[in-house]
Amino acid sequence: MYWLTKTFTTSIGKKILMALTGLSFCGFLTVHLIGNLTLYGGQDLFNAYVEHLHSLGPVITLFEWGLLLLAIIHILTGSILFFQNLISRPVRYKVNKNAGGRTLGSATMPYTGFILMLFIIFHLFDFHFVDHTNQTVYQIVSNSLSQIGLATIYLVAVIIAAVHISHGFWSLFQTLGANHPKYMPTIKNIGILFSLIIGIGFGFIPIFIAFIV
Amino acid sequence: MTKAINLTLKVWRQQGPDLKGRLETYDAKNISTDMSFLEMIDVVNEKITLEGKEPIAFDNDCREGICGMCGAVINGRAHGPEKGTTLCQLHMRQFSDNDIIVIEPWRAKAFKVIKDLVVDRSALDKIIQAGGYISVNTGGAQDANSILVPQETAELAMDAAACIGCGACVAACPNASAMLFTSAKISQLALLPQGKPEAARRAIAMTRVMDKLGFGNCTNERECEAECPKEISITNIARMNREYLKASFISTVQ
Repeated sequence: MYWLTKTFTTSIGKKILMALTGLSFCGFLTVHLIGNLTLYGGQDLFNAYVEHLHSLGPVITLFEWGLLLLAIIHILTGSILFFQNLISRPVRYKVNKNAGGRTLGSATMPYTGFILMLFIIFHLFDFHFVDHTNQTVYQIVSNSLSQIGLATIYLVAVIIAAVHISHGFWSLFQTLGANHPKYMPTIKNIGILFSLIIGIGFGFIPIFIAFIV
Repeated sequence: MTKAINLTLKVWRQQGPDLKGRLETYDAKNISTDMSFLEMIDVVNEKITLEGKEPIAFDNDCREGICGMCGAVINGRAHGPEKGTTLCQLHMRQFSDNDIIVIEPWRAKAFKVIKDLVVDRSALDKIIQAGGYISVNTGGAQDANSILVPQETAELAMDAAACIGCGACVAACPNASAMLFTSAKISQLALLPQGKPEAARRAIAMTRVMDKLGFGNCTNERECEAECPKEISITNIARMNREYLKASFISTVQ
Protein backbone atom coordinates (compact mmCIF):
# COMPACT_ATOMS: atom_id res chain seq x y z
CA MET A 1 0.00 0.00 0.00
CA TYR A 2 3.04 2.21 0.42
CA TRP A 3 3.17 2.82 -3.35
CA LEU A 4 -0.50 3.83 -3.43
CA THR A 5 -0.14 6.57 -0.80
CA LYS A 6 3.07 7.70 -2.52
CA THR A 7 1.18 7.87 -5.83
CA PHE A 8 -1.56 10.14 -4.52
CA THR A 9 0.59 12.45 -2.39
CA THR A 10 2.69 13.88 -5.24
CA SER A 11 1.53 17.02 -7.06
CA ILE A 12 0.22 14.91 -9.97
CA GLY A 13 -1.41 12.45 -7.57
CA LYS A 14 -3.32 15.24 -5.83
CA LYS A 15 -4.40 16.62 -9.21
CA ILE A 16 -5.72 13.18 -10.15
CA LEU A 17 -7.70 13.03 -6.89
CA MET A 18 -9.21 16.45 -7.69
CA ALA A 19 -10.03 15.31 -11.23
CA LEU A 20 -11.67 12.01 -10.26
CA THR A 21 -13.76 13.52 -7.45
CA GLY A 22 -14.64 16.49 -9.71
CA LEU A 23 -15.79 14.11 -12.44
CA SER A 24 -17.99 12.33 -9.90
CA PHE A 25 -19.58 15.65 -8.93
CA CYS A 26 -20.28 16.37 -12.61
CA GLY A 27 -22.12 13.04 -12.73
CA PHE A 28 -23.99 13.84 -9.51
CA LEU A 29 -25.00 17.30 -10.75
CA THR A 30 -26.38 15.77 -13.96
CA VAL A 31 -28.61 13.35 -12.02
CA HIS A 32 -29.55 16.08 -9.52
CA LEU A 33 -30.57 18.41 -12.35
CA ILE A 34 -32.62 15.78 -14.18
CA GLY A 35 -34.49 15.12 -10.93
CA ASN A 36 -35.02 18.81 -10.22
CA LEU A 37 -36.50 19.40 -13.67
CA THR A 38 -39.65 17.68 -12.31
CA LEU A 39 -40.21 20.92 -10.30
CA TYR A 40 -41.32 22.54 -13.56
CA GLY A 41 -44.04 19.88 -13.79
CA GLY A 42 -45.67 21.08 -10.59
CA GLN A 43 -46.18 19.87 -7.03
CA ASP A 44 -47.51 16.37 -7.75
CA LEU A 45 -44.84 15.38 -10.26
CA PHE A 46 -42.04 16.64 -7.98
CA ASN A 47 -43.38 14.91 -4.87
CA ALA A 48 -43.84 11.68 -6.86
CA TYR A 49 -40.18 11.92 -7.95
CA VAL A 50 -39.07 12.50 -4.35
CA GLU A 51 -41.11 9.52 -3.16
CA HIS A 52 -39.60 7.26 -5.83
CA LEU A 53 -36.12 8.45 -4.96
CA HIS A 54 -36.59 7.91 -1.21
CA SER A 55 -38.07 4.45 -1.79
CA LEU A 56 -34.58 3.36 -2.84
CA GLY A 57 -33.76 3.39 0.89
CA PRO A 58 -30.28 2.03 1.65
CA VAL A 59 -29.07 2.82 -1.90
CA ILE A 60 -29.68 6.51 -1.22
CA THR A 61 -27.86 6.29 2.13
CA LEU A 62 -24.94 4.61 0.39
CA PHE A 63 -24.77 7.40 -2.21
CA GLU A 64 -25.04 10.08 0.49
CA TRP A 65 -22.07 8.68 2.39
CA GLY A 66 -20.21 8.21 -0.89
CA LEU A 67 -20.79 11.84 -1.84
CA LEU A 68 -19.67 12.97 1.62
CA LEU A 69 -16.44 10.97 1.23
CA LEU A 70 -15.81 12.45 -2.25
CA ALA A 71 -16.51 15.94 -0.90
CA ILE A 72 -14.04 15.47 1.97
CA ILE A 73 -11.32 14.28 -0.45
CA HIS A 74 -12.03 17.14 -2.88
CA ILE A 75 -12.06 19.83 -0.17
CA LEU A 76 -9.04 18.55 1.76
CA THR A 77 -6.89 18.01 -1.35
CA GLY A 78 -8.00 21.35 -2.77
CA SER A 79 -7.07 23.11 0.48
CA ILE A 80 -3.63 21.47 0.56
CA LEU A 81 -3.02 22.48 -3.08
CA PHE A 82 -4.18 26.04 -2.36
CA PHE A 83 -1.81 26.53 0.59
CA GLN A 84 1.12 24.79 -1.12
CA ASN A 85 0.67 27.02 -4.15
CA LEU A 86 0.44 30.08 -1.92
CA ILE A 87 3.83 29.42 -0.29
CA SER A 88 5.54 28.39 -3.55
CA ARG A 89 5.93 32.10 -4.38
CA PRO A 90 6.88 33.87 -1.12
CA VAL A 91 7.81 37.16 -2.83
CA ARG A 92 5.04 38.31 -5.15
CA TYR A 93 5.36 40.33 -8.34
CA LYS A 94 4.75 44.08 -8.12
CA VAL A 95 3.13 43.98 -11.54
CA ASN A 96 0.88 41.07 -12.53
CA LYS A 97 -0.40 40.57 -16.02
CA ASN A 98 -2.01 37.56 -17.69
CA ALA A 99 -0.54 36.18 -20.87
CA GLY A 100 -3.92 34.92 -22.05
CA GLY A 101 -4.01 31.49 -20.44
CA ARG A 102 -6.07 32.27 -17.34
CA THR A 103 -9.83 32.52 -17.44
CA LEU A 104 -12.32 33.80 -14.87
CA GLY A 105 -12.95 30.18 -13.91
CA SER A 106 -9.33 29.09 -13.61
CA ALA A 107 -8.20 32.15 -11.65
CA THR A 108 -10.99 31.81 -9.07
CA MET A 109 -11.05 28.01 -8.59
CA PRO A 110 -10.13 27.90 -4.86
CA TYR A 111 -12.46 30.81 -4.02
CA THR A 112 -15.49 29.56 -5.97
CA GLY A 113 -14.80 26.14 -4.45
CA PHE A 114 -14.79 27.56 -0.92
CA ILE A 115 -18.05 29.46 -1.50
CA LEU A 116 -19.65 26.31 -2.95
CA MET A 117 -18.65 24.37 0.17
CA LEU A 118 -20.40 26.96 2.36
CA PHE A 119 -23.41 26.91 0.03
CA ILE A 120 -23.71 23.10 0.13
CA ILE A 121 -23.69 23.16 3.95
CA PHE A 122 -26.39 25.85 3.89
CA HIS A 123 -28.35 23.93 1.23
CA LEU A 124 -28.32 20.73 3.31
CA PHE A 125 -29.52 22.54 6.44
CA ASP A 126 -32.18 24.34 4.41
CA PHE A 127 -33.67 21.26 2.68
CA HIS A 128 -32.22 18.04 4.06
CA PHE A 129 -31.85 18.41 7.83
CA VAL A 130 -35.36 19.80 8.39
CA ASP A 131 -38.59 18.32 9.69
CA HIS A 132 -39.99 16.11 6.89
CA THR A 133 -42.98 14.74 8.83
CA ASN A 134 -45.46 17.59 8.51
CA GLN A 135 -44.55 18.98 5.11
CA THR A 136 -43.80 17.62 1.65
CA VAL A 137 -40.41 18.27 0.03
CA TYR A 138 -42.18 20.52 -2.48
CA GLN A 139 -43.45 22.68 0.39
CA ILE A 140 -39.96 22.89 1.90
CA VAL A 141 -38.55 23.96 -1.49
CA SER A 142 -41.28 26.47 -2.30
CA ASN A 143 -41.29 27.97 1.23
CA SER A 144 -37.58 28.58 0.95
CA LEU A 145 -37.35 29.76 -2.65
CA SER A 146 -40.38 32.05 -2.47
CA GLN A 147 -38.32 34.29 -0.19
CA ILE A 148 -36.43 36.68 -2.46
CA GLY A 149 -33.32 36.67 -0.23
CA LEU A 150 -32.96 32.89 -0.22
CA ALA A 151 -33.82 32.63 -3.92
CA THR A 152 -30.99 35.11 -4.61
CA ILE A 153 -28.53 33.02 -2.58
CA TYR A 154 -29.46 29.95 -4.63
CA LEU A 155 -29.18 31.82 -7.92
CA VAL A 156 -25.75 33.29 -7.07
CA ALA A 157 -24.48 29.91 -5.83
CA VAL A 158 -25.54 28.24 -9.07
CA ILE A 159 -23.74 30.89 -11.14
CA ILE A 160 -20.60 30.35 -9.01
CA ALA A 161 -20.92 26.59 -9.60
CA ALA A 162 -21.11 27.20 -13.35
CA VAL A 163 -17.93 29.32 -13.21
CA HIS A 164 -16.19 26.57 -11.19
CA ILE A 165 -17.24 23.94 -13.76
CA SER A 166 -16.20 26.12 -16.73
CA HIS A 167 -12.57 25.49 -15.73
CA GLY A 168 -12.97 22.22 -13.86
CA PHE A 169 -14.51 20.17 -16.67
CA TRP A 170 -11.81 20.46 -19.37
CA SER A 171 -9.13 20.68 -16.67
CA LEU A 172 -10.00 17.26 -15.27
CA PHE A 173 -9.52 15.65 -18.68
CA GLN A 174 -6.15 17.39 -19.07
CA THR A 175 -5.16 16.08 -15.62
CA LEU A 176 -6.18 12.53 -16.49
CA GLY A 177 -3.93 12.80 -19.54
CA ALA A 178 -6.72 13.10 -22.10
CA ASN A 179 -5.41 16.02 -24.12
CA HIS A 180 -5.18 15.49 -27.85
CA PRO A 181 -5.34 18.00 -30.70
CA LYS A 182 -8.21 15.99 -32.22
CA TYR A 183 -10.63 15.89 -29.32
CA MET A 184 -9.50 18.59 -26.84
CA PRO A 185 -11.50 21.36 -28.61
CA THR A 186 -14.62 19.15 -28.29
CA ILE A 187 -13.97 18.54 -24.58
CA LYS A 188 -13.61 22.30 -24.05
CA ASN A 189 -16.87 22.98 -25.89
CA ILE A 190 -18.69 20.28 -23.91
CA GLY A 191 -17.31 21.86 -20.71
CA ILE A 192 -18.73 25.27 -21.61
CA LEU A 193 -22.04 23.69 -22.65
CA PHE A 194 -22.19 21.66 -19.42
CA SER A 195 -21.51 24.69 -17.22
CA LEU A 196 -24.23 26.61 -19.11
CA ILE A 197 -26.71 23.74 -18.72
CA ILE A 198 -25.95 23.55 -14.98
CA GLY A 199 -26.13 27.35 -14.63
CA ILE A 200 -29.38 27.78 -16.54
CA GLY A 201 -30.99 24.49 -15.49
CA PHE A 202 -30.52 25.02 -11.74
CA GLY A 203 -30.47 28.83 -11.90
CA PHE A 204 -33.94 29.10 -13.39
CA ILE A 205 -35.50 27.08 -10.53
CA PRO A 206 -35.35 29.86 -7.87
CA ILE A 207 -36.60 32.36 -10.47
CA PHE A 208 -39.43 29.99 -11.42
CA ILE A 209 -40.49 29.37 -7.79
CA ALA A 210 -40.06 32.98 -6.61
CA PHE A 211 -41.71 34.79 -9.51
CA ILE A 212 -43.78 32.41 -11.62
CA VAL A 213 -45.44 29.92 -9.25
CA MET B 1 11.69 52.79 -39.16
CA THR B 2 14.38 53.34 -36.60
CA LYS B 3 13.59 55.95 -34.06
CA ALA B 4 14.77 56.85 -30.59
CA ILE B 5 12.54 56.62 -27.53
CA ASN B 6 12.86 57.69 -23.90
CA LEU B 7 11.81 55.30 -21.17
CA THR B 8 11.55 55.12 -17.41
CA LEU B 9 12.75 51.83 -15.93
CA LYS B 10 11.76 50.52 -12.52
CA VAL B 11 14.27 47.75 -11.85
CA TRP B 12 14.41 45.28 -8.95
CA ARG B 13 17.73 45.89 -7.14
CA GLN B 14 18.87 43.40 -4.53
CA GLN B 15 22.47 43.17 -3.28
CA GLY B 16 22.42 39.51 -2.28
CA PRO B 17 20.25 36.42 -1.72
CA ASP B 18 19.17 37.19 1.82
CA LEU B 19 19.10 40.96 1.61
CA LYS B 20 16.06 43.13 1.12
CA GLY B 21 15.50 44.42 -2.39
CA ARG B 22 13.43 47.22 -3.89
CA LEU B 23 12.42 48.75 -7.19
CA GLU B 24 14.69 51.61 -8.28
CA THR B 25 13.96 54.10 -11.03
CA TYR B 26 16.31 54.78 -13.95
CA ASP B 27 15.95 56.92 -17.05
CA ALA B 28 16.74 55.27 -20.37
CA LYS B 29 17.18 58.12 -22.81
CA ASN B 30 17.59 58.06 -26.57
CA ILE B 31 17.07 54.29 -26.95
CA SER B 32 17.03 53.07 -30.56
CA THR B 33 13.96 50.95 -31.31
CA ASP B 34 16.29 48.52 -33.14
CA MET B 35 18.00 47.61 -29.87
CA SER B 36 17.17 44.41 -28.06
CA PHE B 37 15.94 44.67 -24.49
CA LEU B 38 19.31 43.51 -23.14
CA GLU B 39 21.17 46.06 -25.27
CA MET B 40 18.93 48.71 -23.76
CA ILE B 41 19.97 47.55 -20.26
CA ASP B 42 23.62 47.60 -21.45
CA VAL B 43 23.21 51.29 -22.38
CA VAL B 44 21.61 52.08 -19.01
CA ASN B 45 24.32 50.09 -17.19
CA GLU B 46 27.07 52.05 -18.97
CA LYS B 47 25.58 55.28 -17.65
CA ILE B 48 25.18 53.82 -14.13
CA THR B 49 28.81 52.61 -14.19
CA LEU B 50 30.10 56.04 -15.31
CA GLU B 51 28.22 57.55 -12.37
CA GLY B 52 30.29 55.25 -10.15
CA LYS B 53 27.35 53.08 -9.10
CA GLU B 54 26.77 49.32 -9.26
CA PRO B 55 25.33 48.28 -12.66
CA ILE B 56 22.17 46.15 -12.90
CA ALA B 57 23.08 42.45 -12.74
CA PHE B 58 21.27 40.21 -15.23
CA ASP B 59 21.84 36.79 -16.79
CA ASN B 60 22.55 36.49 -20.52
CA ASP B 61 24.70 34.47 -22.86
CA CYS B 62 23.97 33.79 -26.55
CA ARG B 63 21.61 36.73 -27.14
CA GLU B 64 20.17 34.71 -30.03
CA GLY B 65 17.19 33.27 -28.19
CA ILE B 66 18.53 29.72 -27.98
CA CYS B 67 20.53 29.32 -24.77
CA GLY B 68 17.92 29.94 -22.07
CA MET B 69 20.17 32.10 -19.88
CA CYS B 70 18.30 35.41 -20.05
CA GLY B 71 14.90 36.21 -18.67
CA ALA B 72 13.06 38.70 -16.50
CA VAL B 73 9.47 39.69 -15.88
CA ILE B 74 8.68 42.82 -17.88
CA ASN B 75 5.52 44.65 -16.77
CA GLY B 76 4.17 41.40 -15.36
CA ARG B 77 5.01 39.26 -18.42
CA ALA B 78 7.83 36.69 -18.48
CA HIS B 79 10.26 37.61 -21.30
CA GLY B 80 8.11 40.66 -22.06
CA PRO B 81 4.96 41.16 -24.10
CA GLU B 82 5.98 39.47 -27.36
CA LYS B 83 4.87 35.86 -27.87
CA GLY B 84 7.42 33.10 -28.43
CA THR B 85 10.56 35.16 -27.75
CA THR B 86 13.23 35.29 -25.09
CA LEU B 87 14.15 38.58 -23.47
CA CYS B 88 17.24 38.99 -25.67
CA GLN B 89 15.07 38.72 -28.78
CA LEU B 90 12.55 41.25 -27.51
CA HIS B 91 13.16 44.49 -29.34
CA MET B 92 12.57 48.02 -28.15
CA ARG B 93 10.15 48.63 -31.05
CA GLN B 94 7.64 46.78 -28.86
CA PHE B 95 7.63 49.83 -26.57
CA SER B 96 6.49 53.43 -27.04
CA ASP B 97 8.04 56.76 -26.10
CA ASN B 98 7.71 57.62 -22.37
CA ASP B 99 6.68 54.07 -21.38
CA ILE B 100 7.31 53.01 -17.80
CA ILE B 101 8.84 49.52 -17.73
CA VAL B 102 8.89 47.47 -14.52
CA ILE B 103 11.63 44.79 -14.57
CA GLU B 104 11.50 42.04 -11.95
CA PRO B 105 13.38 38.74 -11.54
CA TRP B 106 11.66 35.32 -11.85
CA ARG B 107 9.74 34.82 -8.59
CA ALA B 108 9.45 31.37 -7.03
CA LYS B 109 10.38 29.72 -3.75
CA ALA B 110 12.56 27.29 -5.76
CA PHE B 111 14.36 30.16 -7.58
CA LYS B 112 16.34 32.26 -5.13
CA VAL B 113 17.43 35.73 -6.20
CA ILE B 114 21.23 35.85 -6.33
CA LYS B 115 21.52 39.51 -7.26
CA ASP B 116 19.15 42.02 -8.90
CA LEU B 117 17.62 40.11 -11.86
CA VAL B 118 19.85 37.03 -11.53
CA VAL B 119 18.13 33.99 -10.02
CA ASP B 120 19.44 30.55 -9.09
CA ARG B 121 17.76 28.08 -11.43
CA SER B 122 19.77 25.04 -10.33
CA ALA B 123 16.47 23.52 -9.11
CA LEU B 124 15.75 22.76 -12.78
CA ASP B 125 19.09 20.94 -13.02
CA LYS B 126 18.14 18.86 -9.98
CA ILE B 127 14.94 17.77 -11.75
CA ILE B 128 17.06 16.67 -14.74
CA GLN B 129 19.48 14.83 -12.43
CA ALA B 130 16.53 12.86 -11.04
CA GLY B 131 15.96 11.15 -14.39
CA GLY B 132 16.08 13.49 -17.36
CA TYR B 133 18.58 11.33 -19.22
CA ILE B 134 19.02 7.84 -20.69
CA SER B 135 21.56 5.35 -19.37
CA VAL B 136 23.39 3.72 -22.25
CA ASN B 137 26.84 2.34 -22.67
CA THR B 138 28.06 4.16 -25.72
CA GLY B 139 29.82 1.85 -28.13
CA GLY B 140 30.40 2.26 -31.82
CA ALA B 141 27.91 4.45 -33.64
CA GLN B 142 24.75 2.58 -34.62
CA ASP B 143 23.71 2.18 -38.24
CA ALA B 144 21.33 4.89 -39.37
CA ASN B 145 17.67 3.80 -39.36
CA SER B 146 18.36 0.65 -37.36
CA ILE B 147 15.71 1.88 -34.94
CA LEU B 148 12.77 3.26 -36.90
CA VAL B 149 11.00 6.33 -35.49
CA PRO B 150 7.89 7.63 -37.24
CA GLN B 151 8.24 11.19 -38.49
CA GLU B 152 5.27 12.39 -36.42
CA THR B 153 6.74 10.98 -33.19
CA ALA B 154 10.13 12.51 -33.97
CA GLU B 155 8.43 15.89 -34.48
CA LEU B 156 6.57 15.64 -31.15
CA ALA B 157 9.78 14.71 -29.35
CA MET B 158 11.60 17.58 -31.05
CA ASP B 159 8.84 20.04 -30.06
CA ALA B 160 9.33 18.99 -26.42
CA ALA B 161 13.13 19.04 -26.76
CA ALA B 162 12.93 22.68 -27.88
CA CYS B 163 12.78 23.59 -24.16
CA ILE B 164 15.78 25.76 -23.31
CA GLY B 165 15.22 25.56 -19.54
CA CYS B 166 14.90 29.32 -19.09
CA GLY B 167 12.35 29.01 -16.28
CA ALA B 168 9.73 31.33 -17.81
CA CYS B 169 7.04 28.66 -17.24
CA VAL B 170 7.75 28.71 -13.51
CA ALA B 171 7.88 32.52 -13.48
CA ALA B 172 4.59 32.86 -15.38
CA CYS B 173 2.70 30.14 -13.51
CA PRO B 174 0.33 31.62 -10.88
CA ASN B 175 1.44 28.70 -8.65
CA ALA B 176 5.17 28.77 -9.54
CA SER B 177 4.85 25.20 -10.83
CA ALA B 178 7.58 23.58 -12.94
CA MET B 179 5.20 21.17 -14.68
CA LEU B 180 5.76 22.49 -18.22
CA PHE B 181 9.54 22.20 -17.91
CA THR B 182 9.42 18.73 -16.33
CA SER B 183 6.77 17.51 -18.77
CA ALA B 184 8.85 18.66 -21.76
CA LYS B 185 11.87 16.75 -20.47
CA ILE B 186 9.82 13.63 -19.68
CA SER B 187 8.04 13.81 -23.07
CA GLN B 188 11.11 14.17 -25.26
CA LEU B 189 12.52 10.94 -23.80
CA ALA B 190 9.26 9.00 -23.36
CA LEU B 191 8.37 9.46 -27.03
CA LEU B 192 11.56 7.95 -28.41
CA PRO B 193 12.63 4.27 -28.30
CA GLN B 194 15.88 5.10 -26.46
CA GLY B 195 13.95 6.70 -23.60
CA LYS B 196 11.30 4.00 -23.16
CA PRO B 197 13.20 1.46 -20.96
CA GLU B 198 13.55 4.01 -18.14
CA ALA B 199 10.26 5.87 -18.72
CA ALA B 200 8.51 4.63 -15.57
CA ARG B 201 11.38 5.25 -13.18
CA ARG B 202 11.95 8.67 -14.79
CA ALA B 203 8.33 9.83 -14.52
CA ILE B 204 8.10 9.00 -10.83
CA ALA B 205 11.58 10.21 -9.82
CA MET B 206 11.34 13.55 -11.65
CA THR B 207 7.84 14.23 -10.27
CA ARG B 208 8.93 13.55 -6.68
CA VAL B 209 12.05 15.70 -6.93
CA MET B 210 10.04 18.51 -8.57
CA ASP B 211 7.68 18.48 -5.57
CA LYS B 212 10.50 18.33 -3.04
CA LEU B 213 12.20 21.42 -4.49
CA GLY B 214 9.23 23.58 -3.51
CA PHE B 215 7.62 24.22 -6.88
CA GLY B 216 3.85 24.73 -6.77
CA ASN B 217 1.18 22.42 -8.15
CA CYS B 218 -0.18 22.75 -11.68
CA THR B 219 -3.82 23.92 -11.85
CA ASN B 220 -4.06 24.04 -15.65
CA GLU B 221 -4.04 27.84 -15.86
CA ARG B 222 -2.19 27.64 -19.22
CA GLU B 223 -0.09 30.75 -18.46
CA CYS B 224 3.10 28.68 -19.01
CA GLU B 225 2.41 27.72 -22.61
CA ALA B 226 1.36 31.31 -23.35
CA GLU B 227 4.71 32.65 -22.07
CA CYS B 228 7.08 29.86 -23.17
CA PRO B 229 9.62 31.35 -25.63
CA LYS B 230 9.68 27.97 -27.42
CA GLU B 231 5.86 27.71 -27.35
CA ILE B 232 5.87 24.29 -25.72
CA SER B 233 2.33 22.99 -25.40
CA ILE B 234 0.56 21.76 -22.27
CA THR B 235 -0.23 18.55 -24.19
CA ASN B 236 3.21 17.63 -22.79
CA ILE B 237 1.79 18.03 -19.27
CA ALA B 238 -1.05 15.66 -20.20
CA ARG B 239 1.57 13.22 -21.52
CA MET B 240 3.53 13.56 -18.24
CA ASN B 241 0.32 12.77 -16.32
CA ARG B 242 -0.22 9.69 -18.51
CA GLU B 243 3.40 8.61 -17.99
CA TYR B 244 2.97 9.10 -14.24
CA LEU B 245 -0.27 7.07 -14.17
CA LYS B 246 1.30 4.31 -16.28
CA ALA B 247 4.40 4.26 -14.06
CA SER B 248 2.33 4.19 -10.87
CA PHE B 249 -0.24 1.56 -11.79
CA ILE B 250 1.34 -0.60 -14.49
CA SER B 251 5.10 -0.61 -13.89
CA THR B 252 6.89 -2.29 -11.00
CA VAL B 253 8.65 0.93 -9.98
CA GLN B 254 7.89 1.70 -6.32
